[in-house]
Amino acid sequence: MTTFWFIVIAFLWTGYFVLEGFDFGVGALLPLLARGPAERRQVLGTIGPVWDGNEVWLISAIGAMFAAFPAWYSGFLSEFYLAMVLVVVGLILRGVGLEWRGKVRSGTEAALCDAGVVTGSVLVAFLWGAIFGNLLFGTGLATVLGGALSLSLAVLHGAVFVSLKTEGAVRARARLAALLASAGALPVAIAGLSALPSGADSVPLWVTAGAAMAALAAGVALVWRRREGWAFAATATAIALATASLFGALYPAPLPGLTVAEMASAPYTLTVLTWIGLVALPGVIAYQSWTYWVFRKRLTRV
Amino acid sequence: MEALDLARWQFGVTTVYHFLFVPLTIGLGVFVAGLQTAWHRTGKEHYLTLTKFFGKLFLINFAMGVVTGIVQEFQFGMNWSEYSVFVGDVFGAPLALEALLAFFLESTFLGLWIFGWDRLPKRVHLACLWIAVIGSNLSAYFILAANAWMKHPVGYEVVDGKARMTDLWAVLTNSTALAQVPHVVGASFVVAGVFVLAVSGYRILKDRDAKGLLPRKADFATPEERSRKNPDMWRTSLRGALVMTAIAGVVVAGSGDLSGQLLREQQPMKLAAAEGLRQDTAGAPFSPVPGVEIPYLLSLLAAHDPNAVVQGVDDIQERFEAQFGPGDYTPNLPVVFWSFRVMIMLGSAAIGLSVLGLWLTRGRGRRARNVPTWFAKACVLALPLPVLAMIAGWLLSEIGRQPWTVAGELLTAASVSPGVTTTEIAISLALFTVLYGLLALAEAGLILRHVKAGPEVTAPDSDSDSDKTVLIPRQLQAESRPTLMY
Ligand code: HDD
Ligand code: HEM
Ligand code: HEM
Repeated sequence: MTTFWFIVIAFLWTGYFVLEGFDFGVGALLPLLARGPAERRQVLGTIGPVWDGNEVWLISAIGAMFAAFPAWYSGFLSEFYLAMVLVVVGLILRGVGLEWRGKVRSGTEAALCDAGVVTGSVLVAFLWGAIFGNLLFGTGLATVLGGALSLSLAVLHGAVFVSLKTEGAVRARARLAALLASAGALPVAIAGLSALPSGADSVPLWVTAGAAMAALAAGVALVWRRREGWAFAATATAIALATASLFGALYPAPLPGLTVAEMASAPYTLTVLTWIGLVALPGVIAYQSWTYWVFRKRLTRV
Repeated sequence: MEALDLARWQFGVTTVYHFLFVPLTIGLGVFVAGLQTAWHRTGKEHYLTLTKFFGKLFLINFAMGVVTGIVQEFQFGMNWSEYSVFVGDVFGAPLALEALLAFFLESTFLGLWIFGWDRLPKRVHLACLWIAVIGSNLSAYFILAANAWMKHPVGYEVVDGKARMTDLWAVLTNSTALAQVPHVVGASFVVAGVFVLAVSGYRILKDRDAKGLLPRKADFATPEERSRKNPDMWRTSLRGALVMTAIAGVVVAGSGDLSGQLLREQQPMKLAAAEGLRQDTAGAPFSPVPGVEIPYLLSLLAAHDPNAVVQGVDDIQERFEAQFGPGDYTPNLPVVFWSFRVMIMLGSAAIGLSVLGLWLTRGRGRRARNVPTWFAKACVLALPLPVLAMIAGWLLSEIGRQPWTVAGELLTAASVSPGVTTTEIAISLALFTVLYGLLALAEAGLILRHVKAGPEVTAPDSDSDSDKTVLIPRQLQAESRPTLMY
């Protein structure tokens, strides 16, 4: 049961990194992909309807950690106190920027909103990798490398997403950005992912980490060949597998010296949560997929 | 100051701040959904205009509710790790349910509503808004169930120094929660109702001509002007808000009365503190302000029996010492005493205003059509009343619960994160305070500007490089997406 809940939480984090990963990339790339207000609207329009729903994956992951592994939740958040403060500040700036930019005056106010979106996206995308890198290895190098990894993956993923969801000049620029980003993401990913499996019985870890690298490489090749849909599937898979490797490396002690079994809630709590999760999560996945279907059309400049 | 004090300040500041936006999300969402439903049913244009106008205000506010909520979600772990470890088994469950069952609905379907005006069939589009607002109200239920558990823990046992849930159903149907949910949700509708009253009152005042007369339909040359200044429209929203506030007021008063009775059994210290009652007293009097006493009223309120015994602060303190060992078990008495009065007085004033308004605009014909100027002004001035009542209610509830975080089980002083330093909390507290302050100014400015501008939607390309704003005739808005978006 505790292992099962560890997997559920890993799944929620995976959903978060895959979905909000491209939101972050889109936000970070905003100034590079868009020239002028119409294109800025076009770029942000790609994530407009979905970003808040994507963020709830984080809230669910955190909430599920609280309920299933209280000591993990509290240890993780209080250990990285200042980093978490910055994460929250970044999410605030980004969220407010995204929601308000259609309701403020042109010029300075809109520019402030954009600045919030860019800063928040870059900051939070970097911080998650840095936090997990530090958690695993505890060294400054791992912190920076982890941050670089999550940021560059998000940027690549976001660029591919924009190229998939837009038309015209923005689409062409997004493709170029994806290719440039991959020049950074590939080496960092290889360095970062191959550091993950360190224990003795880490064969499955090697497989997932290796598959993540392969998916990433495939994604870059597909971008090159202009198969945007498949490229997006590949970068999404790469992020999912990278997250899986991360949680594989964290298992069974996601905090130094504390195992999931020691931190778990009582069986009763885990059982009722399981039943509720089994009912709720498929529903969530279904209606979120429907959202992507409703907004499937490519966006043009308006 | 110690880490504990700073952590408490941070929790108080950020939570009260979160709760400035929450009531509007809860109440205004339903109001906007009601307007859109009316448009759907009747096809009358002015309902659509109102839907979009209040929908925009709703969204400006919603953004703040979301981003400040994330702080709350993280904060228990960051600052209150001992508390989180103690309660996680029980308290985490409603929180996880909130995210899974409520926040996903709310955020996903609101995104569909904002961007779906021209993509979804009308019915489906309307349903999206309803699902989103149901999500908001559901989230209120779950979080309040968690909060109620702290005041009146049920369905658990303590094993190895940790609370273990034994009965989720008992947690979700805690009597405290069942009284608190209608109270807080009802109060949220009062806040939102008065917000709509203030906005409508302002528009009515603004659209009057020099003689103080409201314009009539025939006075408008163009349809755009009519939709912008149509006085009937503001009377519609005013009436709607009056009805909403009055109904919610009844719910608030009823559930508040119920809460008071539960306090007598479950949280006697809070009740005694709220009343400033020092000794156990049979037939206890109620004093609306210090020095004035109405005999028997407190016993009557708290137990529906004029002769019932109400426990007093000093006697409870003694009993707690006998039960839990030496210590100070008395909350901050003046704060609790006064917040109780502020809540009831200001809140009742707001509710009274709505009842008065219903009477003033009753019936059909001229009287119903003419909103007296003084009443419109009163509506504008009433805006802060329910908000202050709300904050006071939370202060009563949370400070009156001190020194416990979980009544009878865990002291606040034992809840704080041991590893987090005073400096760290000082940094975060300063950062949040400054950021929140700036954002509050920005939000107030934005809302004010949109209210002043009225329903005509200006500048859909809000970041057009020139400064000119483009006026779009309302008929076109339905087709061109920008009305409510980027
Ligand atoms: C009575 C209602 C109520 C209360 C007591 C609280 N909230 Fe809240 N919260 C809401 C009612 C609400 C809401 C109405 O559902 C919000 C406001 C705006 C919104 O989007 O949803 C919300 C938003 C919101 C969000 C963002 C959701 C999203 O991204 O869509 C989070 C993470 C929290 N809250 C968490 C909390 C926590 C941990 C609280 C405990 C201190 C808390 N809230 C108190
Ligand atoms: C479900 C929701 C809530 C939970 C779980 C909760 C829990 C807590 C906790 C853990 C503390 C810190 C310990 C302490 O100082 O007492 C606290 C304090 C406080 N809470 Fe709540 N609270 C909730 C909702 C609210 C809301 C919505 C408000 C007001 C808008 C509020 C107002 C306060 C205040 C003002 C304090 C500081 C009290 C003091 O330090 O003396 N709470 N609450
Ligand atoms: C009309 C008479 C009212 C009565 C008798 C009343 C009674 C109470 C009582 C006894 C509590 C404490 C409950 C507890 O801590 O367990 C409470 C809390 C609260 N009240 Fe009121 N109240 C009234 C009006 C209002 C109004 C008008 C508002 C806001 C518009 C309001 C907002 C709140 C809030 C937000 C809380 C904190 C949450 C809670 O504990 O339920 N109340 N009220």
